[in-house]
Amino acid sequence: MSAINKSAQQFLATIVSNKRVGQYHQIILQVGEIVAACKPGNFIAIAVGGDNSRMILRRAFAISRTSHTASFGGTLELIVAPHGSGSKWLCQQQEGVELDVVTPLGTAFGIPTEPVNALLVGGGYGSAPLFGLAEVLKSRGCRVDMLLGASTGQKIYAPMEGKRAVNSLRIYTEDGSVGERGRVTDPMWAMIEDGSVDVIYSCGPMAMLRAISDLVNDSDVVHQCAVEEAMACGIGICMTCVLPVKNENGSTSMLRSCIDGPVMDGSTVQWDLVGQIPEASQ
Amino acid sequence: MKEFDFGTNLGGAWFPAPIFTASGCASSGKELAQFFALKDIGAVVTKSVMTKPRYGRPTPRMAETPSGMLNSIGLQGPGIDSFLANDVPWLLEQKARVIVSIAGETVEEYSTLARKVRGISGISALEVNISCPNVENRGLVFACDPEASRRVIDGVRKTIGGEIPIIAKLTPDVTNLPSIASGVVDAGADGLALINTVLGMVINLETLRPHLGGKTGGLSGPAIRPVAVRAIYQVHEALPNTPILGMGGVSSGRDALELILAGASGVSVGTASFGSPTAIPTIQNELRDLLIAKGFNSLKQAVGYAHREVS
Repeated sequence: MSAINKSAQQFLATIVSNKRVGQYHQIILQVGEIVAACKPGNFIAIAVGGDNSRMILRRAFAISRTSHTASFGGTLELIVAPHGSGSKWLCQQQEGVELDVVTPLGTAFGIPTEPVNALLVGGGYGSAPLFGLAEVLKSRGCRVDMLLGASTGQKIYAPMEGKRAVNSLRIYTEDGSVGERGRVTDPMWAMIEDGSVDVIYSCGPMAMLRAISDLVNDSDVVHQCAVEEAMACGIGICMTCVLPVKNENGSTSMLRSCIDGPVMDGSTVQWDLVGQIPEASQ
Repeated sequence: MKEFDFGTNLGGAWFPAPIFTASGCASSGKELAQFFALKDIGAVVTKSVMTKPRYGRPTPRMAETPSGMLNSIGLQGPGIDSFLANDVPWLLEQKARVIVSIAGETVEEYSTLARKVRGISGISALEVNISCPNVENRGLVFACDPEASRRVIDGVRKTIGGEIPIIAKLTPDVTNLPSIASGVVDAGADGLALINTVLGMVINLETLRPHLGGKTGGLSGPAIRPVAVRAIYQVHEALPNTPILGMGGVSSGRDALELILAGASGVSVGTASFGSPTAIPTIQNELRDLLIAKGFNSLKQAVGYAHREVS
């Protein structure tokens, strides 16, 4: 047996709740014992559209939180934006519907062994998995600050109970409709300079991840980012979701964001080469 | 009752079951091994490998289409030396049967690759992929040119001797597929892999430009299954004694049976594994049940059955 996808299983998961939360849907899936293997940063791949669907590929969603309850056993929470035809179909599914899922997939956020100052940065609904991460970091004695950003207030995902897991939360919107007008990167340099950040965990659009990587480039801050690249399979066999990543010897490899990610070390991603091939840029 | 015989033969190589991975759709097997035992399927056909490590094409590399998808990977891979040193031994340890797929930019590169494969024991067959659509120069799609196809297969045949069966992978994107097929069989191919993906394009309505980084891509999935059935039927009709490894949009046992009835002795499953990591063993079980339900005593009885006169 190989180490790739080593905890992953394909099975039927029942929807136990599907609620609209602002522009997003909060979907809770009953998954049983496998919940113990699901870590913040991991994702789930879900077949969409039913048996005769013309959509042949699974959709990948970040696992935003896991829990274990007496009534449902192990459950996963997903925050889904109904944008494409697959996510719209998923958001229409009612309680009791069984979904064909594969999980847990991908890398997880690294959790420090010592208490550190962690800054969690989320763009849009990319904030969803950060709340589950915040709870884990808090339980390890870390200080957890959070910055959330979006184009407009309606696209900010910040549940009440999630806010309790963080020491501070600041919201930035480009139109100023909620929180401060601006971007999440605006206050970041000052925070890094005064030494109040050891690790940044980020999840959101690639442009945001790149901007954070550029900012922390000359500092000692570790940047773990959850990348987003179009995937066909989610399990490492299709080679579509690759990103250029620098190896220790200085060479570049095209790594799969499904099995070598989604969580990657931001300092190793060759952001300027995304969408190109390394040979062509030399 | 006599036991049902599910085994199949491709150019002298025997396989206990007829469902295979498709080259480029299973990497080198490690990723799928979590979901089923690789030894339980017919064979693992590995991703086409070239002489040197290769980055492939820029992203985006994928677009979903109605009942299908376009891919534009461009043969990203580790290169033949790393592949033979690391991936093949691992597959053989799993007791999987291995068909190595090779791709080259020149006739000579194919021969070089064949020479390296020849030096490794335990490989069941060699797939010579002369039809990858995702190369920079469409002129490099050897299988669009009868003479170039022949020269590649001839070079590989001479290099490899009679030790390993050669399966030539062809594209349906030609005017006269049976004539290309005849040419490569005359040049020494023991079998044919039909079909590679069909060349296509998607235009992104936000950028108003081709969506894929490589502009064009290969169409796969259920959308192309009728093209595969037609191609296999035509080639089996022209070359009834040449074994065919069929592929193209198979996602169920009934789909696999269609390709077998058209003339395929084995069936590769590619894109269906992207949608479901357990697709291959599921399809294999469905096919077995279906063949028995239709009254066949063996897989071999069903191969090319659609060509028989209705009595």
